[in-house]
Amino acid sequence: MFGFLMSKEQKMIKEEVGKLVKDIVIEDAHDMDENGEIPIEAIQKAWSLGASVSKVPEEYGGYGMTDSPVETAIILEELAYGDMSFAIAATLPALFIFPLEEMGTEDQKKKYLPLYCKETYTPCTLAINEPHFGFDPVEPKTLAVKKNGSIILNGQKCFVPAAEKASHIMVAASLDGKNELFIVDRNNPGLTVSEREKNIGLYPLETYEITLSDCEIPAEDRLGEGRGCDYDKVLQKTRIAMSAIGTGVSRASYEFAREYAKDRVQFGEPIAHRQTIAFMIAEMAYEVECMRLMTWKAASKLETGHDAKREAYLAKIYAGEMTMKVTDYGVQILGGHGYVREYPVERYYRNGRSISVLEGMAIV
Amino acid sequence: MIGLELPKSALQLKSMLNNVAINLFRPIARKYDEAEHEYPKELDVMRGAMGGLGGRRPPEDSAGKGKDKPESESLGTNMMTIIGTEEMGYGDTGLMLSIPGRGLGNAAIAAVATEEQKQKFGDKWAAMAITEPESGSDSGSITTTAVLDGDEWVLNGEKIFVTCADRCEVVVIWATVDPSAGKAGIKSFIVEKGTPGFKLEKLEYKLGIRASDTGTFVLKDCRIPKENLLGSAEVKKRSTEGFKGVMKTFDNTRPMVAAMSNGVARAALELTREKMEEGGCKLDYHRNINNIGSMEKEYYMLEANLEAMRLLTYKAAWMADNKEFNSLEASMAKAKAGRCGTLITQKCCELLGPLGISQKYLAEKWMRDSKILDIFEGTGQIQHLIIARNVLKLSSKELR
Repeated sequence: MFGFLMSKEQKMIKEEVGKLVKDIVIEDAHDMDENGEIPIEAIQKAWSLGASVSKVPEEYGGYGMTDSPVETAIILEELAYGDMSFAIAATLPALFIFPLEEMGTEDQKKKYLPLYCKETYTPCTLAINEPHFGFDPVEPKTLAVKKNGSIILNGQKCFVPAAEKASHIMVAASLDGKNELFIVDRNNPGLTVSEREKNIGLYPLETYEITLSDCEIPAEDRLGEGRGCDYDKVLQKTRIAMSAIGTGVSRASYEFAREYAKDRVQFGEPIAHRQTIAFMIAEMAYEVECMRLMTWKAASKLETGHDAKREAYLAKIYAGEMTMKVTDYGVQILGGHGYVREYPVERYYRNGRSISVLEGMAIV
Repeated sequence: MIGLELPKSALQLKSMLNNVAINLFRPIARKYDEAEHEYPKELDVMRGAMGGLGGRRPPEDSAGKGKDKPESESLGTNMMTIIGTEEMGYGDTGLMLSIPGRGLGNAAIAAVATEEQKQKFGDKWAAMAITEPESGSDSGSITTTAVLDGDEWVLNGEKIFVTCADRCEVVVIWATVDPSAGKAGIKSFIVEKGTPGFKLEKLEYKLGIRASDTGTFVLKDCRIPKENLLGSAEVKKRSTEGFKGVMKTFDNTRPMVAAMSNGVARAALELTREKMEEGGCKLDYHRNINNIGSMEKEYYMLEANLEAMRLLTYKAAWMADNKEFNSLEASMAKAKAGRCGTLITQKCCELLGPLGISQKYLAEKWMRDSKILDIFEGTGQIQHLIIARNVLKLSSKELR
């Protein structure tokens, strides 16, 4: 059915998540950023909404609901509107659960899903990004080789959220020239987790570099086992998620700058009364809308059972570029005040930088 | 429910009009770019046949096919119009603007005319005359006057940039009946060609859309029947109701201009892609955008922009179909599509290299054609002003 109107359920979940974000994220976002930490109670509250496990069959601990990428995109935008680190952290296990649920074998689902589809937030994660120049998610340098019924992984990954605490990490690697995912136990002796990374933004989000050196895993931990998995589908879903997050971050910057411009008086009247400022705000308004519509378009393609390769790709590159533009405008409109950490717009700007750079940080 | 996949009925209309674009418009696109001011007689076949363009009802032959299986879902008039308009713009914008009987004046008559006026003028090709030498974006400042003298209105003034000026049969003229009343005094009048005192002064030579004629009218003591005033004659002091009513028609026509821009941009991108692929550039939406050639990267960004402007356009039209107030969205669509269409067609000429500036190909023409779409029906700057006032909740006095 063609339309731009949210269904009742979609509206409800948007309001619910919006309220949670307003209550426990927005006011604390500054402190979380300064302390480099998200209180686990806050994450638990978001986890309790159950969005990340809703699609998982009840026998594995989920709710057995129909998969809705559009709904997830709405949720991610709301969460990222509050704080991008929070959005990634609160939905992190989904990065592990979704590929497993969609592409895993019966045995894999039985073994791993119940560990993470619980009432308590239990971290597990996905490792896609790699710390080298020219990184491309479709050409991972991490290699998987079959050997005596096992699989040996070699390579490096970076920006792996919660790698320290996660009990399992889903690792993207190339096997016989085909990109696939592999489940690696945190205690595998071939896996080393480095010191926590320090990045331009996303201070509250714990991320790590990991090294796989002759990391041996059983063949049954290859996602989908003998048949492998649809890595491109995972990429599509994460690309749409990144553009949903970009929409949320941009909207936060836009709304803050808009309200600021109405209050800030210079030369005897609010700066919003000047076209130079007002036109920037107009541009921010429609670019946020563009990002959102492109995200929805790609998500609705997936939701109706179509391939969304093109739409997901375009949504991600668009959100990557426009998030930078919009969050830059946000800082610029606040001027000197935009540059100090007392106001949130510099944080949106730092966080927004990663939309175009990173892959696989969230999933719809 | 959020769903952005077009239903089958829309795809049918799209493919039908795509046929018109490719088989009727494209073969004569260059001909009328060169033969400026000459009426494209090939378009005569479209007179009357375009009732279905607006999606009011699909033409009989295509509707007949699926008769026993009624469409489970169909879109509203505005959405169908936007989909059709993109196809026409994809064919040729200048020719699209020259389709007989589809002038802007016709839209105004259809929107506000009385039954008698519809009877009398509904089938006539109607142009719209708003702009004056000293009144462009500030259409509230027009100085053409209409004075009631017995049973006739007497019109005096000058109107410029009238689309279809030479070809139309009647012109909807904006004039003030009370200059002291400002916008409240502005009314529109139907003037028939051949009325004494109503003269087509000249035709413009333009950058693009040369298939469409643009002219200047002079009204000198031009007398028309009293009943040719469109809508109500009453002047309510300080009420801009009437003026706002006319401005409101823009909420429907702005997405249409945006749709034309989507069509031209798509045409330019399609040619660019074809040539890139011939040259061995593979476009598969796969590799990291920073690991590919700069041409591919540019192409992807342009295509993403086209996707964005099209979705904004769809949203504005969809809201109109659902009786939602869409002034903000209509301006957003026009602002984004107008600007990006211009940029996309410029960039395509660059990516095409020598082929992009040669008249052997239509790319250079599309770059010229596209530019008007960021200008008429409200310039990009006016759209930004409307958007900004809207989201900042500022009056036109506060944000000028």
